Amino acid sequence: MLYVLVGLAGILGASARYGLSLLITHFAVGTFPWATLSINLIGCFVLGYATHFLFKTALLHQYAMTALGTGFVGSFTTFSTFSVESVELLRAGFYGYAFVYIVISLFGGLLMSYLGYALGTRRLRLFQKEDAS
Amino acid sequence: MNLVALATGAFFGAISRFAISQWTKTIWKKDFPLATFVINTLGSFLLGLVIGSHLDSTWTLLLGTGFLGSFTTFSTFKLETLQLVQNQNRKTLALYLGLSYLLGISAAFLGIIVSLNI
Repeated sequence: MLYVLVGLAGILGASARYGLSLLITHFAVGTFPWATLSINLIGCFVLGYATHFLFKTALLHQYAMTALGTGFVGSFTTFSTFSVESVELLRAGFYGYAFVYIVISLFGGLLMSYLGYALGTRRLRLFQKEDAS
Repeated sequence: MNLVALATGAFFGAISRFAISQWTKTIWKKDFPLATFVINTLGSFLLGLVIGSHLDSTWTLLLGTGFLGSFTTFSTFKLETLQLVQNQNRKTLALYLGLSYLLGISAAFLGIIVSLNI
């Protein structure tokens, strides 16, 4: 049952990734992989926030948390596309773009996870205070 | 048709990742996030194969965007990295970051090269 839920949430995550990447690619100019970068950064923030706020409250059933975190956000973000796009930039001779893409993914992703963690932790404290009063 | 291909791939991609990470938890007790690392490296190689093979759009959506896009993950990778930063587990952190990026990109490259030669 849990596996089916993770799979169904995965469909929603992948569809959101596909839809958003079509939208971003439509407006983006040049060869830089804006779509995957934006999607991955957004996903890092959402997973950090959900893990440190939502999943620590009793608001969601255990299955819903796994479906949302592992299924939806896990499938929304992607590492394989990042790797292949980096290789394609390198093979096409866009070394600067490849470097910037890798560095922003590395540090920007970590920063977005941290922001999600920090805001989520703060939100959790407020939530618990409200709960206690 | 294309959306059915994407959804089918994504369904099995997410389930496979979940199954591998659940199973890895039972046999691997160290701090190094082995499951995500193996999934992302293997997925990068396979996506290299898919992209290099220039399949038609339905197959690319099924295997690439759907299955491998959902199988591999970036958000969990970063959250695990953050946890290693916060626990000041420097050796594992350096190993995890270095190996993930180096082997992920190399694996994708290898996948593309292999697909161009078969």
